[in-house]
Amino acid sequence: MDEYPKQYLYRQIVRAKLFIDTNYASPIELDNIADAACFSKFHFVRLFKHVYGTTPHQYLINIRIERAVELLEKGASVKEACFAVGFDSVTSFTGLFKRRICLSPAAFQRQRELRKKEIAAVPLKHIPNCFAEKKGWTKKSNFREIETVDRDADAAR
Amino acid sequence: MLRDDRCIMITRLNHVSIFVLDQESAYDFYVNKLGFKVHTDAEMGPGKRWLTVTPPEQPELEISLMSISPGMMFDESSAAAMRDLVAKGTFGFGVFECNDLLATYEELKAKGVEFTKPPKQEFYGFEALFKDDSGNWFSLGQKKSD
Repeated sequence: MDEYPKQYLYRQIVRAKLFIDTNYASPIELDNIADAACFSKFHFVRLFKHVYGTTPHQYLINIRIERAVELLEKGASVKEACFAVGFDSVTSFTGLFKRRICLSPAAFQRQRELRKKEIAAVPLKHIPNCFAEKKGWTKKSNFREIETVDRDADAAR
Repeated sequence: MLRDDRCIMITRLNHVSIFVLDQESAYDFYVNKLGFKVHTDAEMGPGKRWLTVTPPEQPELEISLMSISPGMMFDESSAAAMRDLVAKGTFGFGVFECNDLLATYEELKAKGVEFTKPPKQEFYGFEALFKDDSGNWFSLGQKKSD
């Protein structure tokens, strides 16, 4: 039994959204999603926009850019990220990326790379001191301990 | 020295902790199910990891997913007691907000999130309750239209 009115409609719209979330990398035709959700195309776009505040097409682009961000963070090249998330032109990918992230994919990747290196080198810079101290992560205890352990291990070799 | 004439008392909350039974599983829950973004994920030595996530539209509020294990913030007995309480669903750590509660409810349910209360119109607002993978519970409300 339905828990609330229009539950069927909501389930179908959510199903369509999850379909985009899963299949964003393939060429997705709006007609197919609308058909799968058993709506006419216009009715579907209207309902989708009502629920998510954006059209299915814009949503698809947003998801692709979000996934591209993740791939760039993992070290994929701009070209690899572009094609892996379903765009077929690096130029249009770069343009759409810039409009949303306010940086080119390459500049974004450089920025994230720098931050990652800094976190690895000086993690405490990214942790409020109260936590670090409470958890014994400050240099006085934990790091010295680890260094000592490493030194002992080296000496044992 | 005063930077400007604004109030210089506390101005913002920028970190909050949620105690979790397993950081890896919490990562999956908060990132892959709830759709939160990873802010900082730093290894701090053996068995110690600083992991913070942010709600998608609130990148300045870091939610620290704190492991309840001895040596982190707890001693042996406190960790055992805390794990027990969290698993039992003792703690409600906050109220999340979404734009459309029914759609969010359906999506999270489809992703396997356990709801202890389906969306209901209450006198204070439209609300549902769900649990995270550790047992912490949250209220999920719909943004009020102006």
